[in-house]
Amino acid sequence: MAIESSVSAPLAWPRRHVGKLLLLAGAVLFLLYFAPQSPVFKALLQWSPALAVGFGQNILISLVAIGLGSLLGLLVGALAVSPLRLLRLPAQIWVQIFRNAPWLVLIYFTTYVFPFEIKLGSTYVSFPDWVKVTIGLALPASANVAEIFRGAIGSIPSTQWEAARSLAFTRGQIFRSIILPQCFKRMLPPWMNLYAVITMGTALASLVGVHDVIDTAQIASNTVNMTGFTVVIYLSLLVLFFAYCYPISRLTQRLERRYAFY
Amino acid sequence: MPSIETVAEPLVSLRDLHLSFGANPVLKGIDLDVHRGQAVSIIGPSGSGKSTILRCITGLLQPQRGSIRVGATDVHTLAKEAQRIELRKRVGFVFQQYNLFPHLSVLENLVIAPRKVLGRSRTDAEKEARALLAKVRMEHKADAYPGQLSGGQQQRVAIARALAMRPELILFDEVTSALDPETVGEVLTVIRELTEEGMTCVLVTHEMRFAEEISDIVYFTENGVIVEHGSAAQIFQHPGSERTQEFLRHALGDPGRRPAHSNDPYLLTNLSRYSLSV
Repeated sequence: MAIESSVSAPLAWPRRHVGKLLLLAGAVLFLLYFAPQSPVFKALLQWSPALAVGFGQNILISLVAIGLGSLLGLLVGALAVSPLRLLRLPAQIWVQIFRNAPWLVLIYFTTYVFPFEIKLGSTYVSFPDWVKVTIGLALPASANVAEIFRGAIGSIPSTQWEAARSLAFTRGQIFRSIILPQCFKRMLPPWMNLYAVITMGTALASLVGVHDVIDTAQIASNTVNMTGFTVVIYLSLLVLFFAYCYPISRLTQRLERRYAFY
Repeated sequence: MPSIETVAEPLVSLRDLHLSFGANPVLKGIDLDVHRGQAVSIIGPSGSGKSTILRCITGLLQPQRGSIRVGATDVHTLAKEAQRIELRKRVGFVFQQYNLFPHLSVLENLVIAPRKVLGRSRTDAEKEARALLAKVRMEHKADAYPGQLSGGQQQRVAIARALAMRPELILFDEVTSALDPETVGEVLTVIRELTEEGMTCVLVTHEMRFAEEISDIVYFTENGVIVEHGSAAQIFQHPGSERTQEFLRHALGDPGRRPAHSNDPYLLTNLSRYSLSV
């Protein structure tokens, strides 16, 4: 049982994950045995560098999107808790619009709204599709980060404000020294969860012509033109995304447990 | 009533203080004086506005009417937060629920306000913090986090945190109410030592024996008014008001039982007669 296992002394790593390790060993043996003869696995091996490059594109989009979204989201979230209604209102509208819009629509929107290049003085700065997709993902990310941030601020008990005020802190000092440090620890698990979701959302990039891992897989499956290969390549995409997102969600769970007491 | 007031100006004086939350009046004309070096206790039933008085003194709440003076500051006229901050540098506050900062170690809890608010150097502030922790007998927990401490330990750290600002006056808001009977003693010992050193203290408390022992002046409040005030001996030994007498009788342990009804069938001692028929 979960409760008992968490109480008892932790087992050594290989003993705790014996099932998973056996499964992994089995898969490796299976591949080693069949791969050299099978044309499907030969093709997969051939295409795997292209897939890796494509997946690199997905990771790049996800990292830039969460980075942009976090910066923007912290700003919007800070505005959303402002005592001034004039600042609060635009932040609330921003959050409501971008949290409640389908991501694919936002991606199409940013793809067709932004020009493919921008004229800066006499030079043309190109505006590639993957940047547009990144912005399309950063918008809902910012709205979600803003909500996570607002929730974290709201979850700090008001007695902390009162205690800090009684120690003659200014409002800004209370926010910076007392409230924010406590917020970031609380924000970390939902923020990482959001990152995992954004990473999965990058799969939408192929729909507007970005050469990501999905696009590469499509090209590969059309080129090789074998049903078995098509199945295997999409299966390997599943494995790729899972291998990237699963550790993040495990880490999130661990952090949640660690900060559960405060 | 014998005059216990000294000739000097009181450090804190409240005059005709009125405060209501919405339509609910909490304070209905409070007059209260605290002289430098005195320990003043405010006792009374829950909801009588005791904690509200303390929050008004340090400017956490604004009264609708009346005047509050702390030293040379007219608290009721302060309009800007910056002015209230100047006041709070001189007035310490200890809360019922300790309210330590959970993300900071015990030492950091003591150091942060002197550093950020008073601009003291880190080494200076840490040295003083360690001395204060020794004073409340918590020096061995300087690097622990509040979550690792018991309630009594947290409250002693909270007292040290208030002292770290070198206040002229400390307000204690039911500081032992959240503690179990065994740890109450360790916190009260610290407060007793502070009063003996001449720190000006205002205590809201339900610890009647303690209030009687350490207070110079005791105020009894009920329903937002001061019913009676005087020296500790006077209030506890010879209370003038009937209401004070009744409150103290309950608070000091005599339950004031109602006379037993001789043939009440629900009274446990009368049950034996009926048990035969069951």
